[in-house]
Amino acid sequence: MTALLLDLPLALGLFGAGAATLLARSLFGAVLGFISTGLIATLVWVRLEAPDVALTEAVIGAAATSVIILYVASRIGNRATPPAPPPIAQRVLAGILSALLAVLLAHALFSLPEPAPSLAAPVLDNIAPTGLGNPVTAVLMAHRAIDTLLESAVLVFAVFAIWSMAPERRWGRAPGPAFMAEAHGPLAFLAKVLPPIGIVIGVYIAWVGADAPGGKFQGGAVLAAMWVLPWIAGLVAPPSISDMRLRLAIAAGPLVFLMVGLMGFAVAEGFLAYPPGYAKTLILLIETAMTLSVAAAMACMIAGPPERRARP
Amino acid sequence: MSMLISLFSAACVLAGVFFFIAGTLGLLRFGDTLSRVHALTKADNLGLGLIALGLLPLVDGIADALKLVVIWALVFLGGTTAAQLVALAVRREQDPPP
Repeated sequence: MTALLLDLPLALGLFGAGAATLLARSLFGAVLGFISTGLIATLVWVRLEAPDVALTEAVIGAAATSVIILYVASRIGNRATPPAPPPIAQRVLAGILSALLAVLLAHALFSLPEPAPSLAAPVLDNIAPTGLGNPVTAVLMAHRAIDTLLESAVLVFAVFAIWSMAPERRWGRAPGPAFMAEAHGPLAFLAKVLPPIGIVIGVYIAWVGADAPGGKFQGGAVLAAMWVLPWIAGLVAPPSISDMRLRLAIAAGPLVFLMVGLMGFAVAEGFLAYPPGYAKTLILLIETAMTLSVAAAMACMIAGPPERRARP
Repeated sequence: MSMLISLFSAACVLAGVFFFIAGTLGLLRFGDTLSRVHALTKADNLGLGLIALGLLPLVDGIADALKLVVIWALVFLGGTTAAQLVALAVRREQDPPP
């Protein structure tokens, strides 16, 4: 009964927020709907006892993505003519395909065997050699390290893609628009007070990932926010996109990951295998470099390509 | 003693929930932006503050209690700043600087 009281409003809320996003009349309303959907999805993951996914959803889905699309919406909204809606046939076709996908997914969900197939037990049986306490991190960094390596490279390519939107003459400038400083405004106050606390929390979330929910993506995103905040408040200028230190910070994670992986050929059983007894040390080394890279790459993604336009 | 603590917790959390509902109602029903911001900050500060206060005696260990206090303080800081920024934007819209 208690479970139903909690789960029913969550499920209805998720549907409602999704519908509000799709049916919103204004762009801004749709963005707010999207942010609410992310927040409710976070709570759903908590209820499903998946705190690692919940943290990622909160930090990437509800926070970082929201900031980016909110910024995009505010820029598109300033345009004189809104883009024309797609033709009716295209919308009907999209609706039919979406409904078909929903039916297929529901069918797959309801025809799952009981109990559902799970690799959780083998993961827990083989966690000891990694020296980790969090099975999710053990999967990400040891059992399925190749997926995480590819994922980490995606971040670098995303920054490439964003930077290549910059016009030729702005190449080599600082990422993002130039923000005006307001020395005594509330934003400047927050940008001075919050980073010392936020940096400690970001590092803590990344560090605790070895034994509890957390990790490089969640911690790195918090660090990115702490880096972007003083930029937006106009207190500090971001480094130029041709600054080698910035580029190295973005590439450090995948580079270290790849080097440790290749080292596996010489000292362990092969690519991405850790030598016995050194697994946790190497995983921590990769996680540290990855936290730095996630923070730098996400800060650059939020800021966007270099542009001159100043925003008050 | 534990009965008293439970009563205290329940009273605090219920009071916190009351402020959240009142804040949400205000956000939906109030006419102008400044009043809505006012209603929302009440939910953030008093609502979350009272819920955190009610949960404090129930957590085990000083570290968890400290985390609760830090969470409340951070939401307080973020909510206050956001409210100030919204209010500033409203004022700029009403009488734009020359």
